[in-house]
Amino acid sequence: MAQETFSKEELSRYSRHLIIPEFNIEGQRKLKAAKVLVVGTGGLGAPLLQYLAAAGVGTIGVLDFDVVEDSNLQRQVLFSTDDIGKPKVLAAKERLEGLNPYINIVTHNVHLTSENALDIVKDYDLVADGTDNFPTRYLVNDACVLLGKTNVYASIYRFDGQVSVFNYKNEDGVLGPNYRDLFPSPPPPGLVPSCAEGGVLGVLPGIVGSLQANEVIKVITGVGEPLVGRLFLFDAMNFETRTVKVHRDENNPLNGKNPTITALVDYQEFCGMKVNADDDIKNISVQEFIELQKSTESFQLIDVREDFEYEIANIEGLHIPLADVEEEVDQIVSDRKVVIHCKSGGRSKKAIQLLEKEFGFSNLYNLTGGVDAYFDVVDAE
Amino acid sequence: MAKIIIPTPLRKFTGNQASYETNSENVYEAIKALSGAFPEMQKHLFDEQGQIRSFLRIYLGDEDINVLDKEKTSLKADDVLSIIPAIAGGKN
Repeated sequence: MAQETFSKEELSRYSRHLIIPEFNIEGQRKLKAAKVLVVGTGGLGAPLLQYLAAAGVGTIGVLDFDVVEDSNLQRQVLFSTDDIGKPKVLAAKERLEGLNPYINIVTHNVHLTSENALDIVKDYDLVADGTDNFPTRYLVNDACVLLGKTNVYASIYRFDGQVSVFNYKNEDGVLGPNYRDLFPSPPPPGLVPSCAEGGVLGVLPGIVGSLQANEVIKVITGVGEPLVGRLFLFDAMNFETRTVKVHRDENNPLNGKNPTITALVDYQEFCGMKVNADDDIKNISVQEFIELQKSTESFQLIDVREDFEYEIANIEGLHIPLADVEEEVDQIVSDRKVVIHCKSGGRSKKAIQLLEKEFGFSNLYNLTGGVDAYFDVVDAE
Repeated sequence: MAKIIIPTPLRKFTGNQASYETNSENVYEAIKALSGAFPEMQKHLFDEQGQIRSFLRIYLGDEDINVLDKEKTSLKADDVLSIIPAIAGGKN
């Protein structure tokens, strides 16, 4: 590979790196030559992308399929109010190119899937995982292990953060553990609440994503001791930090003693999210629901959103947050139609799957598109 | 007494209590005692077969109990046990 060179402007820009003895021009060259894929441009991606761009990582891939929403701005400081409604990767590219015009930003405005992951990841040296769900975490991990790429991992929930460097091969060729060594299997859906239900302190992804950026830069430049075989834990509530050991597991299905996974699998299924296909539960459209409201038919309406969401706006359903559905099951009737809704249909679907599976209900209907869709129709009328 | 550090996602079952002290002699007994004290936590800690759930990692100090004596790892008075859950952030 041709040695990276720098213009006068770049040398001036990176001067605070160049004067660090351990870092110097060699470290900066390695950054410029590096290709890093950042999966997810959310709370973790915001500091990660900005610090990697500012540091001079030569090629940064930005992967996300979402658009910027107002509720992102409490923590996703990559975006501004004007970006609401824009695809995240495009808003990110604009911001990062404004920050550093001497680097190359590649956008991937897609869902990362088992079909496209290997093809996307293969063009990068390293992946930084800032995703927000278990299926994608296992997908990113497995793609990195199958392709031999280092996976710099960070994850957050409420006040807790985790950071580690997975699948890193050191100078002696010794390979470190990966995500499946730490967590061989994901929690069943519904057992661990998501940030959409549980919330996240806005500054937490800023802290944790910055630590993740630090590890990316260390891995690229070879400066310092990367967080390999160790998991860093941060509890922002009590300001406690711990670092625990992570070992390779001989039962790891990817690269243990008897590997059984040699290609990407169906991660939705692996994470137990395909127990019931959509078709298995009954749905009711907003129009049908409005008809039902106007009719004389008796029905029960249940809202499974969180307290704060209910307070902002509700349509007078019985309020049972998803996490409490099992406990409050005796409030749910079985002798007439029950319409269950949440914000957009995901949590109410989970509630129905749980109630049908565990309690044998057969009178439950999921309001398609949730209360968002309902208000859209009602507002339009 | 050994101390168990309870991770944030499970604190909603402990009234936000962040740790629990126990005289249990080994890891399994300690986790059992924790779920006895907070019964709602039971199904989050143990699977249907009564095994500690595989997406929870249990650490004694900074070491994974799986490289010690697993659930039979014995506990001393000032040991600190941590339950470390998988967290994914964002949405499901």
